[in-house]
Amino acid sequence: MSEPGLSVPASSLPDNDAVPAAGSSAAPAVNAAAEQVGEPAVVRSVAAARGPLALEAVDLNKVFQLGRGATLHAVRNVSFGLYRGAVVALVGESGSGKSTVAKLLAGQERPTSGRITLDGEPVNVHGNHAFRTYKSQVQYVFQDPFSSLNPVHTVGYALDRPVKLHQPEVKGGKAVTAAVNALLEQVRLTPAAQFVVKYPHELSGGQRQRVSFARALAARPTVLLADEPVSMLDVSIRLEMLNLLDDLRSRLSLALLYITHDIASARYFADEVLVMYGGQIVERGPAEEVTQNPAHPYTQLLIASAPDPDNLGSSLKSGNVTQGGAGAGRGANVGPAAEGCPFSTRCPLADDKCRRENPALQLLAPTRAAACWRLDEAASLQASGSI
Amino acid sequence: MSPILEISDLSVAYRTPGGDVRAVEQVNLTLNAGEVVGLCGESGSGKSTLAYGATRLLRPPALVTSGSVRYAGRRITSGGDPVDLLTMNHRELRKMRWREIAIVFQSAMNALNPVLRVQDQLLDAVQAHLRLPRSEAREKVATLLDLVGIPRNRLRSYPHELSGGMRQRVMIAMALAADPEVVLMDEPTTALDVVVQRDILAQIVELKETLGFSVLFITHDLSLLLELADRIAVMYAGRLLETGTADAIMRSPAHPYTQGLLNSFPSLRGPRRELAGIPGSPPDLRDPQPGCPFIPRCTHAVAACAEVDMSLIPVSGRAEPLGPVPGVGHLTACPIVLPQGGAPQGGTAQGGAPKVSQEGVLS
Repeated sequence: MSEPGLSVPASSLPDNDAVPAAGSSAAPAVNAAAEQVGEPAVVRSVAAARGPLALEAVDLNKVFQLGRGATLHAVRNVSFGLYRGAVVALVGESGSGKSTVAKLLAGQERPTSGRITLDGEPVNVHGNHAFRTYKSQVQYVFQDPFSSLNPVHTVGYALDRPVKLHQPEVKGGKAVTAAVNALLEQVRLTPAAQFVVKYPHELSGGQRQRVSFARALAARPTVLLADEPVSMLDVSIRLEMLNLLDDLRSRLSLALLYITHDIASARYFADEVLVMYGGQIVERGPAEEVTQNPAHPYTQLLIASAPDPDNLGSSLKSGNVTQGGAGAGRGANVGPAAEGCPFSTRCPLADDKCRRENPALQLLAPTRAAACWRLDEAASLQASGSI
Repeated sequence: MSPILEISDLSVAYRTPGGDVRAVEQVNLTLNAGEVVGLCGESGSGKSTLAYGATRLLRPPALVTSGSVRYAGRRITSGGDPVDLLTMNHRELRKMRWREIAIVFQSAMNALNPVLRVQDQLLDAVQAHLRLPRSEAREKVATLLDLVGIPRNRLRSYPHELSGGMRQRVMIAMALAADPEVVLMDEPTTALDVVVQRDILAQIVELKETLGFSVLFITHDLSLLLELADRIAVMYAGRLLETGTADAIMRSPAHPYTQGLLNSFPSLRGPRRELAGIPGSPPDLRDPQPGCPFIPRCTHAVAACAEVDMSLIPVSGRAEPLGPVPGVGHLTACPIVLPQGGAPQGGTAQGGAPKVSQEGVLS
């Protein structure tokens, strides 16, 4: 069903779910009171071991004007780097700002403040030739392969255009066709000639997403921003797609940003995991360490909420609703706090300080950091298994 | 436990100019009172068609070509025999719908009317199926929202003012409006993130316990069902490939497809293991090949697979196929790969080991 007259311009809202009660009451002006307290830690990324720095974000901020003076601080002081041949996962719930970060990196939105550098060069371009070069370097894969491909054009057309646009040395119809075929083979859509003439509706979800990958690769990027690339696909196909992405990453030595709300796949697929909540990074570190020994209460909740097939006599079946930590169960209806730590409205450990002051990332190890005032209590909560 | 919904030998086809698409082929599935049965399969496997076909919600070109759906709810059969949904006339169907069998539709975003307030939509559902004075109907709507944990001040909200999780809760509240005995849930949590998903699942279980309905839960996420469902039916290319308790499916999956599914999702706990997934894509239902539909993707396929008749046989080789309670046994459509008591071939996901290492890693 379409929704005539109700379409909200996507650009004016950061994320549909980010504004549960858009407008006045629930989104008061984000003000200086929410500014982070403490010196942000300098974290060494484990992804750096894989290859040289490609794209770096430093202190990115994005404030959306919601109208009537209300603002939404969708991204707050986000800093991280993407390295060639490495996967960095950005994990968080809908509305946490993870897609906004990707849009800032892709140049679809301008940061309110902060800096983006590509291969050490600051990126400060819009709408000119340099911006086109940037775009070809930094490509975006969209979440929904059902709506990100134009239904009235064939696969060949969808790939033809980026090849002509971004590979100027490929001249002549035959060369372009060969390039398109090579792209399709790269994403294992073979025989390529058979897929070139197909329309998106003739393809399965997995095949469509492969076309999206091929389209992104047509620009021969060094950085791929994959915004929930598998969340619309079937479970049995997801793994294949992640394996394909991983294969492309290593063969083309791509710097990959993998955005997801499925932290289990991040463990499987990523080198480094960044956990976002309420627009800021609340925890980061090597994927295995973050998933096996989460430090921040939000990460702990996220991991406790993931389906656990090994847990057959689970709390779900026995009707025990309070799984997910003391009081965190019904917390999902509560948005992030506008003041203090964003998670303080749902955190079982929150005290007055948490509600007043927003913690900056603190170093736990050279490659790990978390933003929480009560990390010691969180650690003991985690150890006792009550979350 | 007594069977409340018995789907037997149900086949549904879509009539297309290019020939029939046999979306559901001779499916037998029983839902017992108070049970959560999970129906799992990838998109296009026919799981939604099965549910909608069984409840007479399909329109042409879909056609139910065979089978029966016997319903035995308390109100209907007090002193009578089960009724067959497939032979009912429209008046009888109207009485069945929502009062006896309700549905939580996929994608709450599209299932709710964007230009009506939540209250009016719930009121619609209540008044269409229950004869209540207006004031009582309003009160009923408010209590429904209480039931699913949405504050009453959201009654006058429009769907776009609610988060995805709240919209899904509204859908659940709507399904429970007429106190049904069976609730079909078609991917109710697919578009939600994990924390909200867990919240809603816990709520469904809680409501099921207090209100005493049975749930047929449709999803493509087997990992979810293993935790949630009492029994699981695995569907592929319009056929059931395996049914059994969640425990049996998890610990000794009998069909190679189920084994592949279990090996498809990354696990958060336990050691990191290599995952294989299931290479290939589902078959074209317009052109069914003889035998097992999973042959092209199956690593165990042998020539004899093309002659498998796809009827479900007991895994343990017991003489009594259905066990004491109908439909409770562990059944598989694959006679080739039968785990005879032990673990199946291949290093698929097995329980046991992860438990230990989980504690080891976390503490």
